[in-house]
Amino acid sequence: MELTGAPVHAGEGRGRLLVLERPLSFWGGVDPETGRVSDPRHPQYGEPLGGRILVMERAIGSSSSSAIMLELLRNDVAPAAIVLGSTDAILVLGVLVAEELGYASIPLIDVGRDGFERIRDGNGGHGRVRAGAREAILRVALP
Amino acid sequence: MLDAMNAVTATPDSTPTLSGDERAVLDGERGPAPQLAMRIVVRMARILGARELVPVASAHIDGCLYHGDGGVEFAERLVSLGGKVDVPTTLNVGALDLLNPRRVRSDGHRREMAFRQMRAYEALGCRPTWTCAPYQAGHRPERGQDVAWGESNAVVFANSVLGARTNRYGDFMDICCALAGRAPRTGLHLQENRWATVVVDTGAINPALKERDVFYPVLGTWLGATVDERVAVVTGLPGTATEDQLKAMGAASASSGAVGLFHVEGVTPEAPDLATALGGQAPKTVLTPGAHELRRVRDALSTTGTAQLDAVALGSPHFSRDEFSLLEALLPREPFRIPFYVCTGRAEYQRLETSGRLRRFEQAGVEIVADTCVVVAPILPARGSVLMTNSGKFAHYTPATTGYDVVYGSLEDCVRSAATGRVTRDEGLWS
Repeated sequence: MELTGAPVHAGEGRGRLLVLERPLSFWGGVDPETGRVSDPRHPQYGEPLGGRILVMERAIGSSSSSAIMLELLRNDVAPAAIVLGSTDAILVLGVLVAEELGYASIPLIDVGRDGFERIRDGNGGHGRVRAGAREAILRVALP
Repeated sequence: MLDAMNAVTATPDSTPTLSGDERAVLDGERGPAPQLAMRIVVRMARILGARELVPVASAHIDGCLYHGDGGVEFAERLVSLGGKVDVPTTLNVGALDLLNPRRVRSDGHRREMAFRQMRAYEALGCRPTWTCAPYQAGHRPERGQDVAWGESNAVVFANSVLGARTNRYGDFMDICCALAGRAPRTGLHLQENRWATVVVDTGAINPALKERDVFYPVLGTWLGATVDERVAVVTGLPGTATEDQLKAMGAASASSGAVGLFHVEGVTPEAPDLATALGGQAPKTVLTPGAHELRRVRDALSTTGTAQLDAVALGSPHFSRDEFSLLEALLPREPFRIPFYVCTGRAEYQRLETSGRLRRFEQAGVEIVADTCVVVAPILPARGSVLMTNSGKFAHYTPATTGYDVVYGSLEDCVRSAATGRVTRDEGLWS
């Protein structure tokens, strides 16, 4: 399956899909050192984000989530790419700062709500994200 | 950064138009630190679909709180590039109480890095206010002024109570705006996004309850969970609603939802009357919360029904002069039986010290925490398990950040309970 979307931040990434069943605030919800979901109330508590294509309907919560995004990149436990159902200005900020500091970078793309619905059952599948200046593509091999 | 902006779809060719000055900063003519900051502001403006930037009159920085070594590295990078803020800038809480360093338990590495982060922001020219209530520590932008503020309660206060204009500028974006003196011109900087679209009519609520401080965090919690990022105008509140009541309401609303701005008819500056707050439009939604609904919200602010209590914490947002006066009048003759924390800014702390009132609080067993607070730094007793508070924001964040269960009550309830070590609450007005 192939989805097109709007690039939020350019780059390439591939990995196993992790589709979040519920929105997640990175601050208070992701351990910046291990990259695992750390909110015990989240249904995917304990799941590692590192190296995954992280698919989320929307990012929620504290604007300090950009700081957690930065730490994930610094500690090499960040997702390989983030696919969003609506544009987010918080996580991408952590990626921009990471670039300024010379850390690794990852692509973020917005596939819209419809796009998210098409891949919401994609856990276990593999994905590849390519985001350029004007166009972004997610290729998915569903399980 | 701003949830209201999440609805904006990124259009890849929406590069903002820059003035000659802004272009010069971006080209590095004012040095490498403003250049780096402007680069991030412009990239964010593009992602948000802003057509241009807006000059900001001041900034309040939330990014000085330690979350990891990357944040320290970023701040120190800006310092090493010679960065200085371009506008008056205050600092939110850090992860340490610099006035009483032993107040916060933390290991060597975290402590050192948290300290370095706080010092780096000072070196960038920010005022070391270390408070989440900068608006009660002398930083009060004027109505209609564009500013770049971080910390959700400060943002909602600046927008709603002062009528200044800011989006929710969190970590990194806050200091970049302060260094560049600019922010993306979008979201709540634009008048068309400041009109209320939701009317919240509190006419069904007991008027006596609406006079009480304990009501406002509950209404705020309900508001955040119900309207989220939409702008609401609340009607039917007493014209005597105090600044501290609005502060508590705003902080709670920004904890349970992404509230950046609300209006209160006849009270806040952009709502002299209902029609003005709505921008002359009909509301899209009218909500009438009832007594039962608010009672449920109030009950849900507590996570335990236990009577045994281990600590009390007040001061989120940081305690004001008036709040200290209210507490002082309630202090019992005998010292509290359990730890009783009040978090405040150092300006207020020093005022208490100078006036000699600090002793009175200390004798009663009140531990005053400055520069930080009990949910962002390990301060609460390691062995305790139940915390009581009058703050909707503390009630919201305490379980996740400290592992404590929480009980919500009024200031009077908190004082009475701390005197005995057992939870006592006045249920009268809620039934």
